[in-house]
Amino acid sequence: MKSCLIVDDSKVIRMVAKKILTDLEFETSEAADGQQAVDSCKAGMPDAVLLDWNMPVMSGIEFLRELRKLPGGDKPIVVFCTTENDIEHIQEAIEAGANEYIMKPFDSDIIQAKFSQVGLL
Amino acid sequence: MDQRNFEFLGKFLKARSGLVLTPDKGYLIETRLLPVARRHGIDTIDNLIKRLKESGDEIFAVEITEAMTTNESLFFRDGTPFSIFSEKILPEIINRRSNNKKFRIWCSACSTGQEPYSLSMLISDKKNELSSWQYEILATDISHDILKKAKKGSFSQLETQRGLPIERLLKYFTQNGEGWDLNKDIIDIVKFKYFNLLDDIKSLGKFDVVFCRNVLIYFDVETKKRVLENIGSILTPDGVVFLGGSESTIGICDDFAPVPGSHGAYRLVKCDDSLAG
Repeated sequence: MKSCLIVDDSKVIRMVAKKILTDLEFETSEAADGQQAVDSCKAGMPDAVLLDWNMPVMSGIEFLRELRKLPGGDKPIVVFCTTENDIEHIQEAIEAGANEYIMKPFDSDIIQAKFSQVGLL
Repeated sequence: MDQRNFEFLGKFLKARSGLVLTPDKGYLIETRLLPVARRHGIDTIDNLIKRLKESGDEIFAVEITEAMTTNESLFFRDGTPFSIFSEKILPEIINRRSNNKKFRIWCSACSTGQEPYSLSMLISDKKNELSSWQYEILATDISHDILKKAKKGSFSQLETQRGLPIERLLKYFTQNGEGWDLNKDIIDIVKFKYFNLLDDIKSLGKFDVVFCRNVLIYFDVETKKRVLENIGSILTPDGVVFLGGSESTIGICDDFAPVPGSHGAYRLVKCDDSLAG
């Protein structure tokens, strides 16, 4: 079973994502901001990270840059999932090492399609 | 819906487009035809069929046919056929056509354009290698409305998220408000044209690759055979036809055989083995 860390400050989004990812047979864990996500990754690298952009304490892009610097931090496949849908944000995310990018609103079809594209399914 | 109306609609669609309306496709009727009914101020499907029977209005008849035959379309739908195309078939073409440096591809039911544009992007990935080549993707469909949308090359945020890798979105699209427009050089490779698969096919010319995916499933065996034979007649001897994941030529048309190791791809059997690669 593959693992996915869901990083979003909205409890509702985390719940929706958890339901979708559990149906896709992922073992999920959650973080409410980038710092919690860094701590979680230091304790154990997930196979995948579903990542929001705007969060308190530490943003998604800051987390991604931190993650890629950690030992083994190049391994997790990172899929952004955010309302930031302009080309500049997408470009910035890819340059920082994101593997895919979902523009909110999302549904299970989109998550499934994007996760298959990056070889997680 | 009245059973006699269902049967009437079935016969009407079969004659018009070859579409076989089996009872399990009944769910399509409501989702596809209610919007048409509403546009004409008609309240129910039964009344819509009544109007179709009585009016003899050709535009109305075309509108109903188009609404029923339009398929859902995704970029790089099912993945594999497109990787087979870019990793195996296209390199073969580049190798074999190095003398005249020309090739043509036909998407026979292109819907809103995602399939031909996916191929267009894959070809553009090899732009440098193909700099002195002439190539064309002919994309045809039975729906005028759909062709009009396809030609624009504008897609909603939702459409761009289904099957399109983000790097390709960055490389080949330009953001336009809430949606995304394909870049002109990707659009320009594709030529859109109205064409009914049951019409005279010879006028289209010859093709090296034909995409006819998720089309045959709507036809009965006799029509499937006719369409496959027609495709065989416009395919180059070493050409390839791609069918949908649940479709096959086996037991329908003996002119084709599966390409080993390439699920969904078929070649003419009379194809010279030395060309089969």
